[in-house]
Amino acid sequence: MTQASTADVPNFLDLEGEHHPEGSTMLGFWIYLMSDCLIFAVLFATYAVLGRSYAAGPSPKDLFDLPIVAVNTSMLLFSSITYGFAMLEMEKGDLSKTQLWLAVTGLFGAAFVGLELWEFSHLIHEGATPQRSGFLSAFFTLVGTHGLHVTFGLIWLVTLMVQTRLRGLVPENKRRLMCLSMFWHFLDVIWIGVFTFVYLMGVLQ
Amino acid sequence: MSGAAHTHGHGHDHGHHGQDAHGHGSFKDYVTGFVLSVILTAIPFWLVMADVLGDKLVTGVVILGLAVVQIVVHMIYFLHMNTKSEGGWTFLALIFTVTIVVITLCGSIWVMHHLNANMMPVSAEEMRHAP
Repeated sequence: MTQASTADVPNFLDLEGEHHPEGSTMLGFWIYLMSDCLIFAVLFATYAVLGRSYAAGPSPKDLFDLPIVAVNTSMLLFSSITYGFAMLEMEKGDLSKTQLWLAVTGLFGAAFVGLELWEFSHLIHEGATPQRSGFLSAFFTLVGTHGLHVTFGLIWLVTLMVQTRLRGLVPENKRRLMCLSMFWHFLDVIWIGVFTFVYLMGVLQ
Repeated sequence: MSGAAHTHGHGHDHGHHGQDAHGHGSFKDYVTGFVLSVILTAIPFWLVMADVLGDKLVTGVVILGLAVVQIVVHMIYFLHMNTKSEGGWTFLALIFTVTIVVITLCGSIWVMHHLNANMMPVSAEEMRHAP
């Protein structure tokens, strides 16, 4: 098994993995995601504590536009299923279809980031800057951190599209695509918390 | 469900290194997860935007409950979480994280709520009625 794998894999980096047939990369990446989850938990806790300190400034009800949040949420949800389709095509070994679905995922992700940036600039234009109140500081930190994660996910996605184009669906690229898959779906999970806890419950107050 | 995903993962030849042991979803898994997520997203938005229930506390509890259900749906259908992958270690890491997250969130909210309730600046009116 070892000889066969090293023969068709031009990259020596995977030799380590040969001794861990249960896929230690996936477990390691999962543990990274769990540590990321702790970062978000702390930011959620901060928002829970500061979320009602308006300092006589605007409240969520004045600021949030739920239809836009709904569109944003659907963008992320669509990107999740299209990434799933990319993974299914990857399993079949169809490179061009994998890349097509990755591109669609990237477009949905870019639409999400774009809408979020537009929302942020709109808020800042109205004077609702992070410096305005404790609520807005916590809001921008939490939602901004999530947006930053999606942005890095997009950079990673483009990188992998180039990688698969250059090298094809070799085991290394498949492993990377699976890591990004976990990362991408994980961000969608975090977004469920954001739209429920920040936007919907904020407007509900 | 988890059993099916698992066998699927092992169905590949072993030239494909370890990552296949993690288990992928099938087309049906992804579509099921997507449809459930759309429903579980649409309901809370509808509840809040149309103010269906009328009571803020009830609506809040319901949308939080729906969010928890949706997170579980994502974990199962998109992240292919099950108790068996990686010999149960991913699940163990998840339980550990959830424990820490619950302690962090509940602890912060509890402590800070009491700080807020007991250390609010006292108004002159309240001073007069203080025992």
